[in-house]
Amino acid sequence: MAILDKFKPQQAAYTAMKTTGRDPFSVCFDEVVTPSEAVLKGRRIILLGTNNYLGLTFDRECIQDAVAAVRQAGTGTTGSRIANGTYGDHAQLERRLAAFYGCRSAMVFSTGYQANLGILSTVAGRGDTILIDADSHASIYDGCRLGGAEVIRFRHNDPDDLHRRLRRLGDAPGNRLIVVEGIYSMLGDTAPLTEIAAVKREWGASLLVDEAHSLGVLGETGRGLTEEAGVMDDVDFIVGTFSKSLGAVGGFCVSNLPDFDVLRVVCRPYMFTASLPSAVIASVTRALAHVHERPELRERLSRNAHRLYRGLAAEGFVLGPRVSPIVSIRLPSSEVAIAFWNALLDAGIYLNLALPPATPDNAPLLRSSVSAAHSDDQIDAALEAMVGIGRSLGVIAAPARRARDDQRAGVRLGEATWGQPGHGPARVAVTGS
Amino acid sequence: MRTMSQKDEIVAVIIEMIGALPQPPAQRATPETNIARDLGLDSLAVMNLVMQLEDRFDVSMPMDRLAEVQTIDDLAVTIADLQGG
Ligand SMILES: Cc1ncc(COP(=O)(O)O)c(C=O)c1O
Repeated sequence: MAILDKFKPQQAAYTAMKTTGRDPFSVCFDEVVTPSEAVLKGRRIILLGTNNYLGLTFDRECIQDAVAAVRQAGTGTTGSRIANGTYGDHAQLERRLAAFYGCRSAMVFSTGYQANLGILSTVAGRGDTILIDADSHASIYDGCRLGGAEVIRFRHNDPDDLHRRLRRLGDAPGNRLIVVEGIYSMLGDTAPLTEIAAVKREWGASLLVDEAHSLGVLGETGRGLTEEAGVMDDVDFIVGTFSKSLGAVGGFCVSNLPDFDVLRVVCRPYMFTASLPSAVIASVTRALAHVHERPELRERLSRNAHRLYRGLAAEGFVLGPRVSPIVSIRLPSSEVAIAFWNALLDAGIYLNLALPPATPDNAPLLRSSVSAAHSDDQIDAALEAMVGIGRSLGVIAAPARRARDDQRAGVRLGEATWGQPGHGPARVAVTGS
Repeated sequence: MRTMSQKDEIVAVIIEMIGALPQPPAQRATPETNIARDLGLDSLAVMNLVMQLEDRFDVSMPMDRLAEVQTIDDLAVTIADLQGG
């Protein structure tokens, strides 16, 4: 058996998908023109799947600062933070992040993925237990695997299940670390953080919130779900990324723990990889200031998210349980999802195709991420294309039919009913609930 | 100490639960049935089955323990172990 033969099943599935249309995993833009537009094979398309929540990738000031930094400090640090890679700018960004969250310390990582890898594998060790939401991002699962702690999954967004699992641990020795996300990246749903914080307090556990998709999006000042839920004091670690709302690349963790900085000399995904180039640090520092100084970006984002979500819900699409910048349409089969995705690209709309098993509840999804940079016209153009294709593929009913179909509008994924061939209408729950 | 009958009881419950799945396998499961390979279940269905079992036996199965499980018998031994511990 050749060394890559073990991937034959994935190879076959991938080949099959490519024969039914474009390859969704290697769309290559000729040019990305603005945060919301690109050119693909000579045609302008609307970008609706880039996690560019605040639309800052082309922000004039961010670019200016990045250009100045690359001229001043060069193209790269050519080393890790502990070897030769800490510049004054890294330290300053860490101070700004700590101040932004009102926390004692911050640590910057080279990606959000590595931030999770580093923090999870280090703060919990042999004898400790990490309790993770079953729908956690791959970086959380991988961070758990890298460390020595026992890992237990609890049902998605289910504080009662978390409580039961902490009770089952009884008085076994070791620390407990609970891990949840602010906004879950597939459906745009949020963690029930108030309830989870209460469970955390009851059992004396530590709590980590990954705000990858909620930084700059949720909360009065854009700090994320932790702020929106008013539980800053209960959260021991906030992890986040610079690759979404801040429009660049990189990750971080902030904490109030007095000894947090010891992680700099024990956390391997921090110690053994090159630090971020100064140009990235500079644009991120400016983008963070925008989050702080320009609440109107958040308001615009929220307006756009509502416009898309309401528009799709009114047409009878089955969506995630709450309005968020991640608006996902649930589709009955992977075949329909792939056809829908291809038709949308033909119509000039790019978004994400998410197929099982990488999706909650194994449902094929068309995942949009809305940006503050989208105009009303762009959102409406996307809506029109989605509705047209949805009707022609039979995903939603045509208007006359829908009027009879009694109020399907606003169906939520958590309480959706689907006709399954041979099984009649079955109740479908959001994963694990 | 864990007794044989305790494990056998768990095997019986697992087999019964598999039979009650929305899409049960064509053939009745046995203690030697390989859970990931023989039941036609995807990873999500396996996770849901495991969570049901965790509730039924009031245990939590750490992921590294779960990774070692192949057959229904392995699963029962693990659950019995966790109950005994
Ligand atoms: C919840 C979550 N955590 C972490 C990451 C990793 O972030 P990054 O792309 O910066 O590595 C992502 C995004 O991919 C994510 O969705």
